[in-house]
Amino acid sequence: MLYFLQQLINGLTLGAMYGLIAIGYSMVYGIIGMINFAHGDIYMIGAFVTVIAFTTLGIVGITWMPLALMVVLLCAMLFTAAYGWTVERIAYRPLRGSFRLAPLISAIGMSIFLQNYVQVAQGANVKPLAPIITGGIQLGSDGSFSVGISYVQIMVIVLTTVLMAAFSFLIAKTPLGRAQRACEQDLKMAGLCGVNVDRTISTTFVLGAALAAVAGLMASLYYGVVDFFIGFLAGVKAFTAAVLGGIGSIPGAMLGGLLLGLIESFWSGYFSIEYKDVAAFGILVVVLIFLPTGLLGKPEIEKV
Amino acid sequence: MREQGGLEVTHLTMRFGGLVAVNDLSFSARGKEITAIIGPNGAGKTTVFNCLTGFYKPTVGELAFMGRDGRILLEQLDGFVIARHGLARTFQNIRLFPGMSVLENLLVAQHQPLMQASGFTLLGLFGARRYREAEKDAIELARQWLDRMELTHLADSPAGALPYGQQRKLEIARAMCTRPTMLCLDEPAAGLNPRETAELGILLKAIRDETGIGILLIEHDMGMVMGISDHIIVLDYGRKIADGTPLAVRSDPEVIKAYLGEEDDDELPPEIRAEISETAARA
Repeated sequence: MLYFLQQLINGLTLGAMYGLIAIGYSMVYGIIGMINFAHGDIYMIGAFVTVIAFTTLGIVGITWMPLALMVVLLCAMLFTAAYGWTVERIAYRPLRGSFRLAPLISAIGMSIFLQNYVQVAQGANVKPLAPIITGGIQLGSDGSFSVGISYVQIMVIVLTTVLMAAFSFLIAKTPLGRAQRACEQDLKMAGLCGVNVDRTISTTFVLGAALAAVAGLMASLYYGVVDFFIGFLAGVKAFTAAVLGGIGSIPGAMLGGLLLGLIESFWSGYFSIEYKDVAAFGILVVVLIFLPTGLLGKPEIEKV
Repeated sequence: MREQGGLEVTHLTMRFGGLVAVNDLSFSARGKEITAIIGPNGAGKTTVFNCLTGFYKPTVGELAFMGRDGRILLEQLDGFVIARHGLARTFQNIRLFPGMSVLENLLVAQHQPLMQASGFTLLGLFGARRYREAEKDAIELARQWLDRMELTHLADSPAGALPYGQQRKLEIARAMCTRPTMLCLDEPAAGLNPRETAELGILLKAIRDETGIGILLIEHDMGMVMGISDHIIVLDYGRKIADGTPLAVRSDPEVIKAYLGEEDDDELPPEIRAEISETAARA
């Protein structure tokens, strides 16, 4: 039972991070119908900005943890959002209205470019981040096994919950969210209602990148290391989560992320850690066979 | 052309490869008037609308519009800018945001003022007073149109779940919520039953008389066109073949030829011919 609880906590932490990245995939797919393969690398940029920002703050001498964390969070979100905006502006917008595969190829190119750029700029070595938030709460013990939740895990789960609530409010209640949903349904008609479609799409990329940056921050604190290649696997996993939950649906992305995190964590806990990715992708295959639109996705209606 | 909502199209030509959809078309539509564009299928009517609303860039021609902030040239602007200057449009096949509620459809139409008042959303999040007032105004305008279209009880239903006739009404309400100075309607009576068509005619006249905006109308229902239009333009194969009051257009030989074929084509049995002219007279 204790072991189960521990895997649950680990799974939720992992799932929260996948979910935050998955939202970016899902939103972009919803609004312009493309898979932004560079999104995983945006997350990697977020992790790097976190490491750089923490190091800089350490040099400057700001070490009071809550303040440092807030500053780093803002830095990571802002810088990464700028990357997200730029990627859309130079790699996708010029291709809008061309054939469907063009932005997809461009996205793969952008992904490779970002990886190599970070490799050149930051070096290929794994970058460690000294543990910043240490300790945790012990929840129980039966002599041989003790179950606990670390402060990093608490931060991940709380921060994700807060962000999800704020984000759902943004989408449901503000003019920006309304414009995004309108663009999702009919880009041209949204334009005729006075919505600046290009700007709305840019904003979507910016928001997705900011959320991925938060996931990057969490990952670098949680694992303590980053390198230029972490975006690939995280991106594929988050994409899987988005598809599992129903691509285009934001609650779906979050749900898919959580499920994927839990599956991975329980699989590694009870079966074998080597095959956790096989398990995750195997379940994706099964879901897609029986529920092609994912768990919360809506069937695609052909527009005439 | 001086007053708001005036539209002046000069030498508009739209080519798609070898096909000339609109050929050297000039016309004007005034504010406070209903101007109808009629013509057989494929005459280029919808193409004119697509040029006006920025979907197509005309091959040749000038489209001058007296918008909210003075005279603008539509062919140089993007669709959303055109909408912000006060040109609103509906479609032949209804294009609502089907997954959003009826009320939200009307609020999206007021996106620009809301977005401005909310300081690109940021101020809105902190509940700035300016934004709350703008939101109240937006909901008030939406409510007026919901009341008028008898859709108030459906405000929270998804727009896509409405019956066809109500979707038509909602589309017009949404266009009106952009606070236009000219309203372009592409076959608003298509698919409506005779009673709904009659109501639509009354509504359009009321919009013209109360708000003073101009209406540009594409319509095949001749009864309605003849009944409510102040001014009719007839297109055939992309060319203008007649332009004038309903009375003048109805008796124009070119128009009769375009709609009924050659005058000396006596393949039509006399009783059908009589019926057609009777219908025209009734309208």
